[in-house]
Amino acid sequence: MSDIASDPKTWFAGVLFLAAAGFAGYSIGSYPVEPVKVVTAPQPATGALPQTPKDSKFSPPGDDKIPDSEFGKSVRLGQAIFYDTQNNAEEFIGNSLQCSNCHLDKGRQPDSAPLWAAYLVYPAYRAKNGHVNTFQERLQGCFEYSMNGKAPPLGDKTLVALESYAYFLAKGAPTGTVLPGQGYPKLPRPDKFDFANGKEVYSQKCALCHGADGAGQQSPDGQTVFPPLWGPKSYNWGAGMSSINNAAGFIKANMPFSQGNTLTDKQAWDVAAYIDSHERPQDPRFKGSLAETQKEHHGGAYDLYGTTVGGVTLGKDSVPSGPLPQ
Amino acid sequence: MLLARIDRRHQLKWSLMAICVALEVSNPAFALDPASIARSGNGDAATACSSCHGDHGEGLPDNGFPRLAGLDSRYLRTQLEAFASGSRANEIMHPIAKALSSDERQSLASYYSGLIAPKAPQQAVDDDKLIADGKSIALDGIWNKGLPGCSQCHAKLGLGVGASFPRLAGQSSTYIGNSLAAWKDGSRGNDPLSLMAGIASKLDQSQIDAVAAYYGSLPVDQPEGKTP
Ligand code: HEC
Ligand code: HEC
Repeated sequence: MSDIASDPKTWFAGVLFLAAAGFAGYSIGSYPVEPVKVVTAPQPATGALPQTPKDSKFSPPGDDKIPDSEFGKSVRLGQAIFYDTQNNAEEFIGNSLQCSNCHLDKGRQPDSAPLWAAYLVYPAYRAKNGHVNTFQERLQGCFEYSMNGKAPPLGDKTLVALESYAYFLAKGAPTGTVLPGQGYPKLPRPDKFDFANGKEVYSQKCALCHGADGAGQQSPDGQTVFPPLWGPKSYNWGAGMSSINNAAGFIKANMPFSQGNTLTDKQAWDVAAYIDSHERPQDPRFKGSLAETQKEHHGGAYDLYGTTVGGVTLGKDSVPSGPLPQ
Repeated sequence: MLLARIDRRHQLKWSLMAICVALEVSNPAFALDPASIARSGNGDAATACSSCHGDHGEGLPDNGFPRLAGLDSRYLRTQLEAFASGSRANEIMHPIAKALSSDERQSLASYYSGLIAPKAPQQAVDDDKLIADGKSIALDGIWNKGLPGCSQCHAKLGLGVGASFPRLAGQSSTYIGNSLAAWKDGSRGNDPLSLMAGIASKLDQSQIDAVAAYYGSLPVDQPEGKTP
């Protein structure tokens, strides 16, 4: 299995083999990355926008620049929601994550989908929902998918505060431009995902914080300190992070925490594939048929939803999406 | 022939007895109980822990002798192993840890983990500016140096997380400062994934002083003696 190349025939044989391998564990090894495939990335079509040269560097203003005004209050609230979502936006979330788990340094860190860079590229057309989205609509998506919750209504204080914070961070940056550090880095496409290697990397580099079972860890007072990466308390099957390419880019640039850019591309791809080959809450767009949800919203080389890995058909037995009934 | 057989039986009996004796010795119930080692040592090079770590494991702040009470037992055990092997190089603790049997290390780790102790009195750092600077490093980090906030691994208020991320609340500023210095000079080299070696290398002396002052100022009024 280890030598599946990008040749389509070998690839097809590989899929058959994987299917035949059925209930065998991760030890069966790898999952080929489809040679040519348009990836439905959950990010805006930033490709069309002017790219700023790599060496230009934008620095968002510091907290001390938050004005002492009504607007400043909204910025501060947005920042509080952003780094302590659990305690400041409880009614809209359905897992144990914080916005700042995937957008480090409270949304400031480049290559960790910083808020200031995201602010500049909206409104934008998104294939995910087929229309031009405002920045607030984009934030709604984060609540529904990444936070496995429910979208605050447009104009809700929560969204206005988050938008205020993003706007504040983006001060002086050119709108309609993709700045260096926007989104997550895009790693060169691999020939295959090696789950066995991913599992190995996970146990060596990730399990210390996120736990061998991917469930994260809490401090004695019950606060989640290390976020869950799969299972019922993590992001759901509609989240951007459930696409292996996003996860790999984030991991490469930022993990192990405080040691970004120390993994090889291969390690980042394999461990991202390993993480995204585990069960998580259902895709909120699921209406009862796994096959239909997969056909309409999934597919592509970086999305394992609806495929069978290590004997588990992903998405088949997911817990329902959304906050647990109170 | 007969004689030989009896001999063999004897041999068997003796070796069984030897095994029993060996088992007894390594049986924790048979070994010295941790409270008495803590109070008066194990009769070998492991001298009374309490003379340096306090009667209730509260530590001796101004000497840089750390608090042990309420730390995770797995963390304490790992540190005793590391002192014994030398991967955490320390002149005081090396001979002490080496003189403890494996069972004694385990039982002492559990013992101290279960203790509840008030914060030991210490010379307060009365420099509000320094503490405030330290708080900012502890909570927000210095990201342009690639340094996350300490609380992102040690939890808010330094409560600690699980087996590998020790509680900092209750430790003295002297001990926090000593530990960071030990990572910088490489004498403390047993941290998983070299996480703390990396963190310490990004701090200069004034930042170490600040973050040590902040953690030294924290109270110990959180759930104690609990291993999650
Ligand atoms: C002579 C003083 C002294 C005695 C006696 C002593 N210790 Fe220590 N201990 C220290 C010092 C000093 C340190 C901190 C070393 C450093 O800075 O790395 C320490 C550190 C430790 C640590 C690591 C704590 C942490 O937070 O990482 C443990 C565990 C420990 N001692 C256990 C014991 C036990 C158990 C005994 C008794 C068998 C004992 N010590 C006896 C001085 C002592
Ligand atoms: C990426 C995670 C991470 C971050 C961030 C982090 N630490 Fe740690 N820290 C650890 C780990 C892991 C250990 C345990 C090391 C060991 O077992 O040897 C530790 C141990 C310590 C200890 C030793 C405690 C004792 O009882 O001996 C101190 C002191 C400490 N850290 C201070 C800090 C400070 C100050 C910061 C912020 C500047 C910080 N840490 C940030 C992971 C982290």
